[in-house]
Amino acid sequence: MSTTSTPVRRQTPAAEPADTERVSAFAGLTRVMLLGFVRDRGALFFVLLMPLMFLLLFGALFKSAGAPHVKVAEIGQVRVLDDIQGEGRAQLEKVLTISRSEDEGAAMEKLRKGDLDGVITQGADGTVNLRFSATDQVKAGSVQSIVNSVVQGANQAASGKAPAFTMVSTQVEDESLKPIQYLTPGLLGWAIATGAVYGASFTLVSWRKKRVLRRLRLAPVSPGVVVGARVAVSLVVALAQTAIFLTVATLPFFGLQLTGDWWLVVPLVLCATVAFMSIGLVTGAAAKSEEAANGINQMIILPMSFLGGAFFPLDGAPGWLQTVSRFLPLRYLVTSAQSVLSRGGGVLDILPAMGGLLVFTAVMCAIAWRFFNWDDA
Amino acid sequence: MTEAISADGIRKRYGDVQAVDGVSLSVASGEFYGILGPNGAGKTTTLEILEGIREPDEGRVELLGLSPWPRNSALLPRIGVQFQASAFFVKLTARETIRTFASFYGVGPKRADAMLERVGLTDSAGVQTEKMSGGQAQRLSIACAIVHDPELLFLDEPTTGLDPQARRNLWDLLRDINAEGRTVVLTTHYLDEAEVLCDRVSVMDHGKVLKTGTPAALVREIDDTVRVSVESGQLGPGRAHELFAAAGAEITGLEDDGATLSLSTRLPAPVLSVLAEQNALRGLEVRGATLEDVFLQLTGREYRA
Repeated sequence: MSTTSTPVRRQTPAAEPADTERVSAFAGLTRVMLLGFVRDRGALFFVLLMPLMFLLLFGALFKSAGAPHVKVAEIGQVRVLDDIQGEGRAQLEKVLTISRSEDEGAAMEKLRKGDLDGVITQGADGTVNLRFSATDQVKAGSVQSIVNSVVQGANQAASGKAPAFTMVSTQVEDESLKPIQYLTPGLLGWAIATGAVYGASFTLVSWRKKRVLRRLRLAPVSPGVVVGARVAVSLVVALAQTAIFLTVATLPFFGLQLTGDWWLVVPLVLCATVAFMSIGLVTGAAAKSEEAANGINQMIILPMSFLGGAFFPLDGAPGWLQTVSRFLPLRYLVTSAQSVLSRGGGVLDILPAMGGLLVFTAVMCAIAWRFFNWDDA
Repeated sequence: MTEAISADGIRKRYGDVQAVDGVSLSVASGEFYGILGPNGAGKTTTLEILEGIREPDEGRVELLGLSPWPRNSALLPRIGVQFQASAFFVKLTARETIRTFASFYGVGPKRADAMLERVGLTDSAGVQTEKMSGGQAQRLSIACAIVHDPELLFLDEPTTGLDPQARRNLWDLLRDINAEGRTVVLTTHYLDEAEVLCDRVSVMDHGKVLKTGTPAALVREIDDTVRVSVESGQLGPGRAHELFAAAGAEITGLEDDGATLSLSTRLPAPVLSVLAEQNALRGLEVRGATLEDVFLQLTGREYRA
């Protein structure tokens, strides 16, 4: 190998305009983080596949849980039931499964075990006896009212007169939550929280540990560009999660109906993502290794998901729990997303939540800043 | 000659440990400069202070006439820093890695790829950095450090953990980089590396610079004994003593391990002539003092790599 001893002085690239450098460093960092995410199968699984599997699973499980279906055993002849035939019978069997049995003792045993919701017998004097178990209060109520209405119907028919009062019942859509309506925003919120918290904290921990942070500090790249690239990548990931979740949930099989200003979920998701990232910044600044960061993140994300209403609605939760949930950013994403996606909520319904999320972000960033270190030493 | 680096009285303390205790040095433009010392001597901290990663408790540093602390973005494009091999982004290939580093300096992908070729990694461009060998990773690390054509390059123990072949390849590369007119500063705990590569070295221990000079001058200065060795069995040790005494050759040590008869002396001429008279020159080797001897004398202890 021949070497020349003449010093070669080339123009340093610093002579180029600063603006192109910035854009280019931003593009380079964004690409690095996207590639790192897409090539990490574990991250893809936890951030996208697992929440989606939960949606598929819960969505399918709770699909039929809309109207409570009760099972009763008919012991011997019960005329009020047997008299209902044809169209009426088909209607009845939508809510009531009737099995016939002669063995009253065996039927009672099944009732006690919960295999049956009611046991019906008819006495010689026309008294209809319904015995039910109070374990499941919803089913207990259902079976009583169904059998009662059957008996009332039979009485009314026996009187031979036209009914004086009739009730017309119409279900009002969207007043109560259907499973897919809380599952979609809940599981989406959980997925976004996982992606954003991990994205921020792992980048910080692994870059510090591998001395990439130190290397960046010695390159003419401003911290704003590095943070900006990380935020941009997390936002893109969160929006991709949102798009995939909404696509799956609105399939006819799951039947989520998007209403009105559902696109408001986009700014909402963006605000929530930076809030979750700020949590990741704190854990990433505090944790010394990826393992430690992983543990701390899970300790935050899982309780936050349960208490924030990601897995079940909080309507029936005790007061103290509702209070706790008000401090969790996930709650605001979940409830506001429910509101705009399928309950006709508008801008004014989610503005306070978005503001709260941004305030939360500012507070957490201030905390992260205090803990931040360029390297381990 | 213009100064690439000048440092004056820098000190740094971590808790009870005075890691750097008043180091002053100056490196000329275009020089290949080595900071030599055992682990814990304070050389890495010194390097980090020079690079501008750490703030010294005391003292003054200037790189290319500018202060590196606090972070000086006018200076950053003019210096290159190579860390340990692991300072890469996760899950990226060699080509993606160097293109990313290039982007920080506004350097395009063409020059990035050219640097990859320069360090002989074109064939491994598609390999993820986690799967590269130690030598490949060091080469990539150096390529990333010079992708923006810096005037001043810092290397922290670049050949640690490499096999002899990879070390030699890397030495060639570093010599070429220096020959292009770049100032190179490296820390090492390999004495042979410093001897082969550096124009000047500073020997450090306990946070202080013990001595600075060209490797040859340092070695000459200690005026050590010369070691002469020949194959065993040509001259018995007893007879050798007799002959050397008769010829007036002063021997400070003599040893025959069955394979080699080796002896130390301050006056090699009479020793060599006795050996020649006895026709006992088979396998002759004459070796002067090395940096290892310099180190031993300066620090009063065996060199621990």
